[in-house]
Amino acid sequence: MNAIEVTGLRKSYGQVHAVKGIDLSIASGEIFALLGPNGAGKTTTVEILEGFRTRDSGSVHVLGFDPKDEGQAAREWRNRIGIVLQSTSDSGDLSVIETIQHFSGYYSNPRDVEEVIHSVGLEEKSGSLIRKLSGGQRRRLDVALGIVGNPELLFLDEPTTGFDPEARRAFWALIEKLRGDGTTILLTTHYLDEAEALADRVAVINDGRIIEVSPPSTLGGRSTAMALVTWREGQEIKSENTNNPTAIVNKLSSHFNGEIPELTVTRPSLEDIYLAMIGQTHE
Amino acid sequence: MNKIPSALSLGLRRGGLEIRQFARQRESVVFTLLFPVILLVIFGSVFKDTIAPGVTFSQYFLAGMIASGLVNTGFQALAITIPLERDFGALKRLRGTPMPASSYFIGKAILIIVSMVLQIIMLLGVGILFFNVEMPTDPQKWLTFTWLVILGSACSTALGIAFSIVPKSGRGASAVVSPIVIILQFFSGVFFVFTQLPSWMQQFAAIFPLKWLTQGMRSVFLPDTFATQEVAKSWENNRTFAILIIWLIIGVFFSVRKFKWDRD
Repeated sequence: MNAIEVTGLRKSYGQVHAVKGIDLSIASGEIFALLGPNGAGKTTTVEILEGFRTRDSGSVHVLGFDPKDEGQAAREWRNRIGIVLQSTSDSGDLSVIETIQHFSGYYSNPRDVEEVIHSVGLEEKSGSLIRKLSGGQRRRLDVALGIVGNPELLFLDEPTTGFDPEARRAFWALIEKLRGDGTTILLTTHYLDEAEALADRVAVINDGRIIEVSPPSTLGGRSTAMALVTWREGQEIKSENTNNPTAIVNKLSSHFNGEIPELTVTRPSLEDIYLAMIGQTHE
Repeated sequence: MNKIPSALSLGLRRGGLEIRQFARQRESVVFTLLFPVILLVIFGSVFKDTIAPGVTFSQYFLAGMIASGLVNTGFQALAITIPLERDFGALKRLRGTPMPASSYFIGKAILIIVSMVLQIIMLLGVGILFFNVEMPTDPQKWLTFTWLVILGSACSTALGIAFSIVPKSGRGASAVVSPIVIILQFFSGVFFVFTQLPSWMQQFAAIFPLKWLTQGMRSVFLPDTFATQEVAKSWENNRTFAILIIWLIIGVFFSVRKFKWDRD
């Protein structure tokens, strides 16, 4: 069974149509990234799946449960999911370990608190009050609170905003570990390299619609896109778009009789593809 | 698979956490707990008159301060701090966990009861030590006192949670809530002898719980001979009970139906 199943999801705020008919299937155990510019409908979509917002129409099943339902069934459902929101700042008068310990008590099968602290790299801050943490450390605490309940499905809304590169790498490793445990993850992010490093599939959402869903390596025809070869010829930088870059390099190599000056061979990055995609739909 | 913890056990856990958080915020401890005590000291020292045979203003004011303490530590504190928690996103995060709303409310009620008991001890202590307020000896009066404190705290908690949906932001909450409480205190006979107020003020105050709480507290701490000086020539404790129950139901209804976890 799919972890998330959405068909024909729509949501408007007054005259503003935030989500204009979205279909989405996310398999169990999959890491799925939702990419899109601000105001594209990302947050609305995710918050409907998390049960924070109501929808106008469409059907939504998250772990087989309709997030709009309430009562005991909703508690059972929330026991199986973890949510890392975009920005949370508590009053901060509790320590890291007190907070995680307390939240772990909400769930039926929580992870070990020490292990959670270790996995987000907050061992040294375990006894510190939250208000004494840096932005990045707070973010790691958010993640810790999202995973302490041992969720089958984890929502991560821009989890690494404000991380330094080292912390981001450590966070990516944590996600890989969760993948190993079979956790399904729905990730929204602004960082394309993050989506590329983590996600099995990426959906690009713009103007309330999903433009494309595919693995990051083939998004927007990326794998078959032409390569760009550039090199220096005297004072001039020359370039050529080609499907056969190796042939061109060979030709240039014999032309220059060995080393080709300032040779580069590039394919469009995920970012180039993504920008082209969301740019296209603006026109 | 273990079972999810019950709403009650999570409520008790939340109560413990609320108390721990509260105790670490020194400003709020001082402001919420000590403020009524400081007021008692000031008013008790300034107004030393006797307002009826054997009744000093200090006694009258002590009854009023205990009653308004119920409103300060419950209604006022919650109606100001809950919008702040909402602004921080702390409520939304709780909403995303299996913890039910009832546990959150139970936790708040525990915090209110505990801080209320502390405050009453301090107010009574100051009253006895500095203003010669005599404690009632009739067990019946202490019974009245007990139900007034329990029902008053419950009412104040429920109305505070319900009113937390009114302030648009955490920053503005204090500006919305504090004037309401202060005006109610003036109208309800906390700072002045109630029967000396204009009758429109008395009638307005009679709609809200504070007037009834102060009157109920006077029935505990003032001699029964003073009952004839009340508006109805009696303590009206049955009516106080009924009015507090009605406000409690209103508070619970709006808390359960309208509580907002997220800033929009």
